Amino acid sequence: MLSESNLNKVEELKKRYPTSQALVLPVLWMIQEQEGYISEESMKYAGTLLGIPFSHILSVVTFYSMLQNKAIGKHHIEVCTNVSCMLRGSGKILEHIEKRLGITVGEISQDKKWMLSEAECLGSCGTAPMLSIEDEYYENLTMEKVDKLIDSLQ
Amino acid sequence: MSLQPANTEKLTTWKRVILPEVPDLHKIDVYRANEGYLALKKALEMKPDEVIDEVKKSNLRGRGGACFPTGLKWSFMPKNSDKPKYLCVNGDESEPGTFKDRQIIEFNPHLLIEGTLIACYAMGITAAYIYMRGEYSKWNKMLQKAIDDAYTNGLIGEKILGTNFSTHITIHRGAGAYICGEESALMNSIEGGRGYPRVRPPFPAQFGLWGCPTTINNVETISNIPIIINNGWEWYSQIGAVKHPGPILVGVSGHVNNPGVFEMPTGEPLLEIIHKWAGGIPGNKGIKAVFPGGSSTMILRGDQLEDIRMDVDSLKAAGSSVGTAGVIVMDSDTDLIQVITRIAEFYYRESCGQCTPCREGTVWMYKILKRFEHYEANLEDIDLLMDIANNIEGNTICALGDAAAWPVQSMIKRFPKEFEKRVRQSRVRLESY
Repeated sequence: MLSESNLNKVEELKKRYPTSQALVLPVLWMIQEQEGYISEESMKYAGTLLGIPFSHILSVVTFYSMLQNKAIGKHHIEVCTNVSCMLRGSGKILEHIEKRLGITVGEISQDKKWMLSEAECLGSCGTAPMLSIEDEYYENLTMEKVDKLIDSLQ
Repeated sequence: MSLQPANTEKLTTWKRVILPEVPDLHKIDVYRANEGYLALKKALEMKPDEVIDEVKKSNLRGRGGACFPTGLKWSFMPKNSDKPKYLCVNGDESEPGTFKDRQIIEFNPHLLIEGTLIACYAMGITAAYIYMRGEYSKWNKMLQKAIDDAYTNGLIGEKILGTNFSTHITIHRGAGAYICGEESALMNSIEGGRGYPRVRPPFPAQFGLWGCPTTINNVETISNIPIIINNGWEWYSQIGAVKHPGPILVGVSGHVNNPGVFEMPTGEPLLEIIHKWAGGIPGNKGIKAVFPGGSSTMILRGDQLEDIRMDVDSLKAAGSSVGTAGVIVMDSDTDLIQVITRIAEFYYRESCGQCTPCREGTVWMYKILKRFEHYEANLEDIDLLMDIANNIEGNTICALGDAAAWPVQSMIKRFPKEFEKRVRQSRVRLESY
């Protein structure tokens, strides 16, 4: 199920670690980046690929908050609400997004376009408030910036 | 991302060395043109023990939160080991209020790589893993590019700079777990498991990654190594505070006009950092409270900040700690109950669940604090909260338990009136029904 280039990467990485179990996180990342999430079938595949029991793979997937075991919205908006962002108005930003998208934290929009989450500190405290969508950070947020951002992703 | 603004330059005679003002320093050619990788060359001409000795004498202390002497940590690694030895560089940077390591990776990644190589040489290590938090995807890519360039330049890999020294550096990407910044959880995560902290002893230098001798150092700590080797321990040990010397990256966030990461010598007065470096409080309000080193450090009252300096001894004497030097400032209008409830929520979410006091205690602290937040608290809830925090502290495998207890304990101790006021307001609210 992994693409050929990813399988080549796995082979390269094997040289860097003494055990194949160390490749669990790298392989799960590859699957998630390829498929959008990690299905039960993918977990079994990863287990077979690395010679690791499915139960272990499952235990890893369910431990890490960034690994998704079901399909999520096309754009995953994560608003940091930890202290530094809270002090600079992340609560209002989050409320605004909830109203704008018509979903609350933890929900996926009906058209599967948006998913909204609260994030723990993402290391952008000096540029708070902030949110992340996929790999990108959006910092020093204002309501206007948020609106523009959502419009640009429509 | 804004780096140290130019107007802070005149605050100090300190010439930045971790984040120097050199444009495009992240590019390997620019780094090499600015004396980059000369420390590596110098270290490779020294005996490994001499390198460790240099770091020991420099008095460098870890910048990840515990302030442990780095040279001493390195000297715990066995000299003759039939097992391979490993280095983990901790770039998990997840402590609320901390955003310094990502600056190094963005603006000076080769300093980190050079430091990693010198550390490997000093301890006889042939494989290093830089553990990066999953959310730092963009910075992972930046660091990977720098590592690739260093490989192409013959600076990482086999027979580095024509010597017999060989080592590899691999980025290991985390996947969203605060606890993986704890050194033993970090190792379990690299090994491909859940990020559960390990019981110590055995310590990592005896039984670390895959049961082999391992050292774990923070990104900023490792980035100090080339500076020590280049300039010598005498020079380094005279920067800033005597017992905690060197440059330190201080991140200031919250209610300040000019938040950001500032490189300065250790031992700067905390009030000066807030008012001068970070531009003071918006609207000229007073300071109600400060977390000096991330949300896990004990909170300080705004009226006790006089004479407190950013170093290990001064903050310890004040009843707190340097932590990750992530200063979170709260102005006089801040609702501290809301702050501490959010912090308690964080530790409850991030507890790995192994130890009962932490797993159960963090959720109860959060639930009780929610009662305060929603004006539903009784006077007894204050004692109950303190009791739970006291029963978490020191009773868990790792320091997350302490980190969850300290902000709650210090908040009750230093701001009892905030809690009492909430109880009174709760009564008024209930009586109005």
